Amino acid sequence: MSDRTIDRVAQATPVRAARKIRGLSDRAIAWIFISPTIFLLLAINIFPLIWTIKLSFTNFKANRIGREIKDVGFRNYERILTDSDTWLNMQATAHFLFWTIFFQVLIGFALAWLINKKFRGNDLWTTIIVLPMMLSPAVVGNFWKFLYQPQIGLFNYIIAWFTGKDPSSFEMLGSVQLAPWSIVIVDTWMWTPFVMLICLAGLRSIPDYIYEAAEVDRASKLRQFFTITIPMVLPFLMLAVLFRGIENFKMFDLVVQLTGGGPGSTTELTSINLKREAFEKWRTGYASAYAIILFVTVFGLASIYVKALNRVKQR
Amino acid sequence: MTYSKLASASAIVFAATTLSTTAQAEDLTLCWAAWDPANALVELSKEFETESGNTMNFEFVPWPNFADRMQNELNSGGKLCDLLIGDSQWIGGGAENGHYVKLNDFFDAESISMDDFAPATVYAYSTWPKGTPNYYALPAMGDANGWFYRKDWFENEDIKAAYKEATGQDLREPESQKELLQIAQFFQGREIDGKTVYGAAIFTERGSEGITMGVTGALYPWGFKYENTPGSYDMEGAVNSPEAVEALEFYKELYKTATPPGYTNSYMSESLDAFKSGQVAMAMNWFAFFPGLFADPNTGGEKIDFFVNPPQNVAGSTLGGQGISVVSYSDKQDAALDYIKWFAQPEVQAKWWELGGYSAHNSVLQDPGFVDSAPFAGDFLLAMNDVQDFWQEPAYAELLLAMQKRIHDYVVADQGTAQEALDLLIEDWTETFEDEGKL
Repeated sequence: MSDRTIDRVAQATPVRAARKIRGLSDRAIAWIFISPTIFLLLAINIFPLIWTIKLSFTNFKANRIGREIKDVGFRNYERILTDSDTWLNMQATAHFLFWTIFFQVLIGFALAWLINKKFRGNDLWTTIIVLPMMLSPAVVGNFWKFLYQPQIGLFNYIIAWFTGKDPSSFEMLGSVQLAPWSIVIVDTWMWTPFVMLICLAGLRSIPDYIYEAAEVDRASKLRQFFTITIPMVLPFLMLAVLFRGIENFKMFDLVVQLTGGGPGSTTELTSINLKREAFEKWRTGYASAYAIILFVTVFGLASIYVKALNRVKQR
Repeated sequence: MTYSKLASASAIVFAATTLSTTAQAEDLTLCWAAWDPANALVELSKEFETESGNTMNFEFVPWPNFADRMQNELNSGGKLCDLLIGDSQWIGGGAENGHYVKLNDFFDAESISMDDFAPATVYAYSTWPKGTPNYYALPAMGDANGWFYRKDWFENEDIKAAYKEATGQDLREPESQKELLQIAQFFQGREIDGKTVYGAAIFTERGSEGITMGVTGALYPWGFKYENTPGSYDMEGAVNSPEAVEALEFYKELYKTATPPGYTNSYMSESLDAFKSGQVAMAMNWFAFFPGLFADPNTGGEKIDFFVNPPQNVAGSTLGGQGISVVSYSDKQDAALDYIKWFAQPEVQAKWWELGGYSAHNSVLQDPGFVDSAPFAGDFLLAMNDVQDFWQEPAYAELLLAMQKRIHDYVVADQGTAQEALDLLIEDWTETFEDEGKL
């Protein structure tokens, strides 16, 4: 059947085209096939990157097209790196990044461990647990805003029930101390299922015979957990950390919906500040420099991390 | 008649019909914010459609996204809007960046005189550079930040007695900012009709312009100025004057001691919700909302009354409102100008006020019956006498966002002192003006 298809295609190919293709090397044909992709990559990734680097050394403003564009050298970079607000944004981002990943890995792994045990209703629970990650961040942000509302919010009432405090005596989104944690809670609620699924894949990839061999050797459950389960799931966990790290470094929508970066600038993550500089203040040159600094940071950290991940895999 | 003659005649008739239709009827799009007055404008514009044969389409964007959406549209040379009712602060950018059509020649040709409009609105909504006779908009919607309160609570004998006992004064519409604070603090946490109520709903929003519009309601009555000499960009001693520091401390005290819990990121809709749900005794908001508030079946009518932003050292209100401009990227500028010509007519302006829009036309404002035409009309006139606006520079967005940050940091996030917040604000604004080549 497939031979006949090949014959039909060969017969349908014009003789001149066939002759031309026959004259090309395999390498040339490979280039012909991948060149559209390379062109697209150049057009939508590399060119904008180079253009952004170029703009980062200017005072260009995208809303002032007629204005003279001046070369300002490293002034934008210097301003950003010596601005205390930049470091506050970085701190807020680091806090968000560290704690969301910490809780998501901890809870995600625990859930995966439980789900991996065969019990009745296993599939139903898996479906219920993964529901939050299927929702839109804008929707999640909005309804958590209501949950955190001091006067009518369910979250405040639950905390009040446990602590005996007045529900309206604390503001999750309005307090400088609590707001950074309130965004961590929401992101953890939404994305823990993702980490759980990756961990579950890791747990299910461990062959049963390894545990059986450990049983024969009279290894305790705790020992099996630390010497078999953890090492074999570790590459999966590290992959989950990489995905969540990259995603949360550029977190925008959820936090904007919840706090708008406030109170004050307490939850103003770098991506929120970048958006304000680029598309609200229209300081395009400055924002380009900011974007390059963030890009280098993420790229550097991700490269180090991927090397570590590869080492773990090779063990 | 031969076929060729018949075909020629048909072609002529077809061309004539098509051309005449094109010349007379256009599909115009007017862009504005999505709020109560926009609905009134839709109603009003039906007359224009009938008279001109043009069709009006409307693009209304919710306030929090209005500036972003429209500025993107203008900066990209978009053709979505033929007419734009843009915020007063946009006039500098609209004029200097070539987004708005200059209207002087059109006004002269159509005998539209800016003397027919309230001077404060012409200055704020139409002119660039400020105060010069270069017009880029027709005053469309006069507005200012005012206050409304629960009249039924203020007239309740028990509450009045409790207030007298607590303060030694009569409960009345506040006549100063400090009296406003005192009244708000009196109501804070009080039980009324079995419900805990709070003092006042004020603007604290961080993302767009909310807290700036709120805090200037305190700064202006204390005598705040942006510059020592207008046009000099000399801000040291003006922006951070002792009066400005006191006003900022006042606003923080109002926020901390007299607003509902969780009121950390609130603007127009939150203020309206707080009032309509019976949570607060007083609330600040734009006059544009007052017709809707008065008509509200639960908290309107006899239960509500209005007052102008109280003075302190001087009288002062934060300017809202907008002018209507023709977008220079529009292909239908003639029809758009026809709309402005129609809108500028005194009888259309009178109907505009009747439907819930705030006309800035003298024929409406100086009508002997105007003050009694609505319970908030007199307050509106008072407010418009003493309005002050934010910077209207082309770089207004940078200036505004800097103020949003510094004020929110101090008032809501408890960072630093009022003096430090204003000093930092001057640093931010100086940097912006240096970038602009104005310092």
